[in-house]
Amino acid sequence: MRHSVSNRLGVAAEPLIEWTIRLCGWSAIFFVFAIFFFVFREGAPFLFGRLDVVDFLTNPNWRPDSPVRVQYGVLALIAGTASVTALAALLSVPAGLGAAVFVSEFCPQRLREVLKIVIELLAAIPSVVWGFIGYMVLNPLIIWATGAPIGINILNGGLILALMSVPIIMSMGEDALRAVPDTYREAAIALGASRWQLVYKVLMPAAKNGLLAAALLGIGRSVGETMAVLMATGHAVQIPGSLLDPVRTLTATIAAELGETVEGGDHYQVLFVIGTLLMVMSLVVNVTADLVVKGMRGKQNG
Amino acid sequence: MADAAALAAGAMTDHADTRFSAGPVERRKRTVERIAATLLGVVTCSLVLPLAGIMGVLLTKAWPALSWSFLTQNPQDYMTAGGIWAPLVGTFYLVFISLAVAAPIGIMAGVYLNEYASDNWGTRIVNMAVVNLAGVPSIVHALFGVGAFVLFAGMGRSVLAASCTLAIMTLPVIISSTREALAAVPQSFREACWNMGASRWQTIRTIVLPNAISGILTGVILQVSRAAGETAPILFTGAVFYVATPETGLEAYLPYGLWDRCMALSYHLFTITTQVSGASEELSYATAVVLIGLVISVNLLSIGFRAYLRGRKRW
Repeated sequence: MRHSVSNRLGVAAEPLIEWTIRLCGWSAIFFVFAIFFFVFREGAPFLFGRLDVVDFLTNPNWRPDSPVRVQYGVLALIAGTASVTALAALLSVPAGLGAAVFVSEFCPQRLREVLKIVIELLAAIPSVVWGFIGYMVLNPLIIWATGAPIGINILNGGLILALMSVPIIMSMGEDALRAVPDTYREAAIALGASRWQLVYKVLMPAAKNGLLAAALLGIGRSVGETMAVLMATGHAVQIPGSLLDPVRTLTATIAAELGETVEGGDHYQVLFVIGTLLMVMSLVVNVTADLVVKGMRGKQNG
Repeated sequence: MADAAALAAGAMTDHADTRFSAGPVERRKRTVERIAATLLGVVTCSLVLPLAGIMGVLLTKAWPALSWSFLTQNPQDYMTAGGIWAPLVGTFYLVFISLAVAAPIGIMAGVYLNEYASDNWGTRIVNMAVVNLAGVPSIVHALFGVGAFVLFAGMGRSVLAASCTLAIMTLPVIISSTREALAAVPQSFREACWNMGASRWQTIRTIVLPNAISGILTGVILQVSRAAGETAPILFTGAVFYVATPETGLEAYLPYGLWDRCMALSYHLFTITTQVSGASEELSYATAVVLIGLVISVNLLSIGFRAYLRGRKRW
């Protein structure tokens, strides 16, 4: 009896439930637009009213608190983000893709399980802890090793970001290699290829797009990372001349300064403009990575 | 004597390779293979080393400060002494409220994408949105939280606003993990149920969800660790430097309401490391160890759960 009643109720409520589910499904689109809208809205008055876009992007002076002449130039911040990200990418892309190849093609089953767990744990370490490690552990190490006066700099931030983005690159790279049909492997081995020849001549070209997307997303994560670079790259707004110069990134600037600004003031709004810039950058990276992967699928189907 | 041994060894290798003698090309191939395998292995293992090294350093430095009372005391003397109870409670609030918001929406969105959505451009846009939502930098989430929850929705800087911000951040990952869990349920289960005359929703409720629920939960559990560790999204939406807590009474143990600002473990680690002068190193190391321990134990739990499920799976 109870069963039939609950079923009848279920049938009556079904359209309602299905519409709720549908709305939740579409909510992702809503949230992406909402994020863009709200971040943009807070920065818009400044962006359209008082901001000289060319000066904003090419002026290396970021002096929001200057009593003499307030300047909002993000060039040095972009240079900071670019330098740290470039170093991180230089280290993490080869390491991440190498690890992906090793885990997917060379590694015995048992070791693979262990390595995947370790990499997953590495990915789980919060960014503030990475920042802490940069600040407390790597900092004295770098001073000791290089004799630099201060150890929180591009090198430190780059190393930390590399360690943070390796797990992403590795797991996505491994997925890309796994997606290559086994028939390719069998054909190559039947022709007498060694495992390295198989990887280099067959798998890499076949999984090229997936590997590229993995690298892109890893780099995208480095660009957007906040707490780790806030703590590990030092706090000097400057265009860096060497690896041992401290820099300030776009994300760290927002994190460091938003708390001190007056709501609705120029400084407050310009930070939201930087946020919009970051949002656009991440959209571009993600859409590009997606298109790259889609391109691969399209070719395989066609 | 030695010559004879060498001759014998030579004869043996000759014997092994009589039919396929290794020419220069083959030898080169083998050398390259060995070099590649070693190099890749070294690279991969060099990723394991930092994890072990970091854990080692953190644990040794934190050891003197770690104790039961470190967990249960509130911060004292301008955060240069005492424990981490209040930030710990704040983190628990943030994690559970954010998951209470994100989990239902995320799970239903996953159900939609795996069970209802047909393969058309609308679905492609939804997928694209999920991917992009996952890629939004955490500091942009913070700005969104300020613009949408703190100001527009009028929540002010509060536990609620910070939790909502975290919820939006964890949402895309919950959606994708739910989807994976649902996709692992064989299509034949659904077909059998449809053939019995069940509707789409009845099938989902009685067949698909019960078979996928543990996989879905694994994904949600994983987000506990992500939400606990995130700092940037809560920076300007609800987490604060310090909130004074009463010495005694219930308030000392459960210091925050939904509309209060709160301390959080991740932000606390940031402040006592970089902002508070005079806080002992041990204290911040110990805080880092507690945070990392929390996150890693949740992850191990989820990994163990997953392994258990894989072992139990009958199809």
